[in-house]
Amino acid sequence: MNDRFEPMKLTRRSVLLTAASASAFGWLARPALADPEDVTAARTALFGDAPVTEGRVEVSLPPISENGFSVPIEIDVESPMTPDDHVTRIAVFSPRNPLADIAHFQLGPRAGRARIETRIRLGGTQKVTVVAEMNDGSLWSGHAETVVTLAACVVL
Amino acid sequence: MAAIRLSVPDTATAGEVIEIKALIQHPMESGFRRDSRGEAVARDIITRFECLYAGETVFAGDFFPAVSANPFLTFHTRATETGTLVFRWTDQDGQSWEDAAEILVE
Repeated sequence: MNDRFEPMKLTRRSVLLTAASASAFGWLARPALADPEDVTAARTALFGDAPVTEGRVEVSLPPISENGFSVPIEIDVESPMTPDDHVTRIAVFSPRNPLADIAHFQLGPRAGRARIETRIRLGGTQKVTVVAEMNDGSLWSGHAETVVTLAACVVL
Repeated sequence: MAAIRLSVPDTATAGEVIEIKALIQHPMESGFRRDSRGEAVARDIITRFECLYAGETVFAGDFFPAVSANPFLTFHTRATETGTLVFRWTDQDGQSWEDAAEILVE
């Protein structure tokens, strides 16, 4: 009895317990993941407290991302892109990556069209938020969800 | 290191919105990964991208570790004049890579 409390004895049970606690600490040592509040915080840090309206921003992600290290994302913001009415900034936020910020873009009437495609890393199944700022200061947002089978960041 | 690939139309009509694709070879090491010995791999990312058309910035971006390795971007610009499009990427240490493309606007 009580073999496992005697440090010098290596029993099957003590070895398994050590392995279990080591893996638990390994889990804790991973970078903290962002959550929806971090998305709000990151958005406020970039755009300020202005209210955000849903719409005008279309985000496309594949329904299933087999590889979270490279997920294609398409962003299309509805705007005539004239000197009087154009998109000035677009920001992409993640509620489940170690960092809520993914990328920020700066555009202007010279862009002609507010459409961007790139590839991003996602640390798990999540709903990505894209916020666009117009030249009148109004903020618009759109979302897209994807199921990530192999998450970036978690596979070490 | 840092091979750049660009896709820019050779010619365009004035006022036309053209599609541009730009890719740079870069590991975009996130800083959240660990190597086989369990040690954290230092962050090494490109933080800034700029596209200048005849000297004026038409599109720019700030990258975070969540941008994939070999950052690839598709964006648009309005063809206004015959000139040079300059593409510049800058990493966290200030090192930068640049390439250019000519466009003929009729």
